[in-house]
Amino acid sequence: METVLELRNVSKTFPGHVAVDGVSLEVERGSFFALLGPSGCGKTTTLRMVAGFDDPTSGDVLLNGMRINQLKPYERNVTTVFQNYALFPHLTVRANVEFGLRRQRVADVSKRVADVLELVQLGGKEDRVPAQLSGGEKQRVALARSLVLQPEVLLLDEPLSALDPNLRKQVRTELKGLQRRTGITFLFVTHDQEEALSMSDRIGVMHKGRLEQVGTPEEIYLRPKTRFVAGFLGAVNWIGGVGVRPESMRISRGHPGDGKRCFDATVVDSMFLGNCLHVQMSLANGERAVAEVSRLENTFQTGDAVHMWWHPGDEMRLPREAQ
Amino acid sequence: MNGLRRRFLAPAALVMGLLFLTPLVIILVYSLLMRGTYGGVSSEWTIENYTRLADPLYLIILLRTFGMAGAATLGCVVFGFPLALFISRAGARKNLYLQLVILPFWTSFLVRTYAWMFLLRDTGLINSALKALGIIHEPLPLLYNNAAVFVGLVYGYLPFVVLPLYATLERLDKTLLEASADLGAKPGETLIRVVIPLCSSGLRAAALLVFIPCLGAYLTPDLLGGSKTVMVGNLIQNQFTTARDWPFGSAVSLVLMAIVMLMLMVIIRRGGKELI
Repeated sequence: METVLELRNVSKTFPGHVAVDGVSLEVERGSFFALLGPSGCGKTTTLRMVAGFDDPTSGDVLLNGMRINQLKPYERNVTTVFQNYALFPHLTVRANVEFGLRRQRVADVSKRVADVLELVQLGGKEDRVPAQLSGGEKQRVALARSLVLQPEVLLLDEPLSALDPNLRKQVRTELKGLQRRTGITFLFVTHDQEEALSMSDRIGVMHKGRLEQVGTPEEIYLRPKTRFVAGFLGAVNWIGGVGVRPESMRISRGHPGDGKRCFDATVVDSMFLGNCLHVQMSLANGERAVAEVSRLENTFQTGDAVHMWWHPGDEMRLPREAQ
Repeated sequence: MNGLRRRFLAPAALVMGLLFLTPLVIILVYSLLMRGTYGGVSSEWTIENYTRLADPLYLIILLRTFGMAGAATLGCVVFGFPLALFISRAGARKNLYLQLVILPFWTSFLVRTYAWMFLLRDTGLINSALKALGIIHEPLPLLYNNAAVFVGLVYGYLPFVVLPLYATLERLDKTLLEASADLGAKPGETLIRVVIPLCSSGLRAAALLVFIPCLGAYLTPDLLGGSKTVMVGNLIQNQFTTARDWPFGSAVSLVLMAIVMLMLMVIIRRGGKELI
C-alpha cells in the first residue's frame, strides 16, 4: 500500500503554548485513520495544518510525496467536514454541493451532484436550505460537498459530536460504509475512543501535542505503549507494574489454579450495570481494582474474601514506564 | 394589566405627541395655507403649495436630490465595505480603527464641512500642492459643483456604513470562509460567493442609513455645492428663510417625508423587517 499523506516532524507553536510537538505519521491511501485524544491534545490543529488553515511552525506536510506546506487551502486537494458543518446558509443543498465543482468547471456537474446526494441518501432535498435540515442531514450535505470533489484525503473534525447520541452509533456505521464504497482516504479527528476503535483501520493517539502511539485498534487497545494510551482507550487496573483491563480481570471464591496471576482481595462494592457487574476490590496492600464480570456469574457481597486473577496473556506491559 | 401598561406608557406618549406629532400637524396645517406677506401664514386655505411642486423646476431638484443621494449611498458602500472588511480582520487593532472611524463625530459636522472647503477651494491645500509640484498651473475647479457635494456626503455618512457593516462582518461565521477556501475558492471568490451574500441584509441596512439622511441633506450642498447643485434640503431652507414662503416649504417637507415613508413601507413589505 502507498502513503497518501505524510507528516514529518510537524510542530505548531502558538504564543505561549506548543499545540503540536514533532508529530510524524503516515496515512495509507484508501484507509480510515483516526487521530484520537482529549480536547487540547493538538489533534484539531494537526488536521488544520493538513487542510492548510494553520501553517506548521516546523516540519513538513506531504501529499502524494509532495511537500504542500506552502499551498493555500484552496490549492490543496483535501477537503474538510467541519465540526459545525459550516454549510453556506444562503445556498440550497444543491448549491452547497456544487460550490467546489463550479470552480473546477467540470462538465457533468448535475450528474456528479445527483450521484453524491444519492450516495449520502439526500435525494429529493436538493432545494432545501441548511436551516430546513436536521443535524444528520446537515452532516450528510457537508460530507457530500466535500466528497464530490474526490479529494485525496477527506478530513473530518469531530463530525459526530454535534449529533444526538442515538444517531451517533448509526452514523458511525454509515460513515465507515461510505469510506469503503468511495475508497477515499479519511482522516478523522475524535476524542471518543469508541468511535475511533469502531471505525478506523489505524489510530494515532495524541496527548499534549505529541503522537503517543500509532497502530490498529487492536494494537492500541491491547498493547498500548504508554500509560496514557492504555488509560485513554479504556479503564485499566495497574497492579505491580502491569495493566489489566476490567474485562480481563476474573474473580473466584476458590483458587483458579496454576499459570494465572492471582491475588487475594476483598470485595468493596458491586455495581449492577445491566449487561454486567462492576466489582470493586481491595487488595491486601490497600490498592483498588475493578473487575467487569457477567451478571450470570456469582454475585458478590461487600466484604467477601475472593481471589482476583487474570491470564498472563491478558496483561499489558508498557515497553517503557511512561508516567 | 392593560390599564397599568397604559398608565406607564402615558408619559412617553405625551412626550412623543408633544415633540413629534404637534410639529408635524403644524407643518401640515401650514402647508395648506397661503403665505403671509412678511413670512408666516395667512388664514386662507389652499392646495396650491402642492400643485406648485409639479413645476419642472422643482421636479428637477427632486430628481437631482434622489440622484445625489443614490450616488452618495453607492459611494459610501463602495468605500465603506472594504474599510469594514479591513477593520474586521485587523485583529488587535480593531478597536483603534473603530475609534478612528468614530473620531470625526467629536467635532461639529459644520466644522468638518468647512475643512473640506479649505481642502477643495482654488487656494486650498490640494490646488496649492498640485501647483507647487508643477502639475497644474491653473487651479482645478474642485469646489462648488456636484463632485464636491458627492465627496462631502460620502465623507459625512461613511461611518454610518462602516459601523453596521463591521457588525455584520464580525458576526459572520469564520468557518464559512475556511469552508469556502477548503472547497477551492480563492479569496476573491469567497468574497463574492460567501461574504457579500451573507452581508446583504447589513448592506441594505447601511444603504438605508445613508440614503435617507442624504435625501434631506442641506448643509453639504449649501457649503460645497454651487447654484446648480441645489437639493431638496436647500429648497426647503430657502423657503423658510430667503423666500419667506413657509407654506410651500412645509409642503415640500411633507412630500419628501411621504416619499421616504413610502419607500420604507415598500422595503418592509418586501421582507426587510430586520432592517428597521
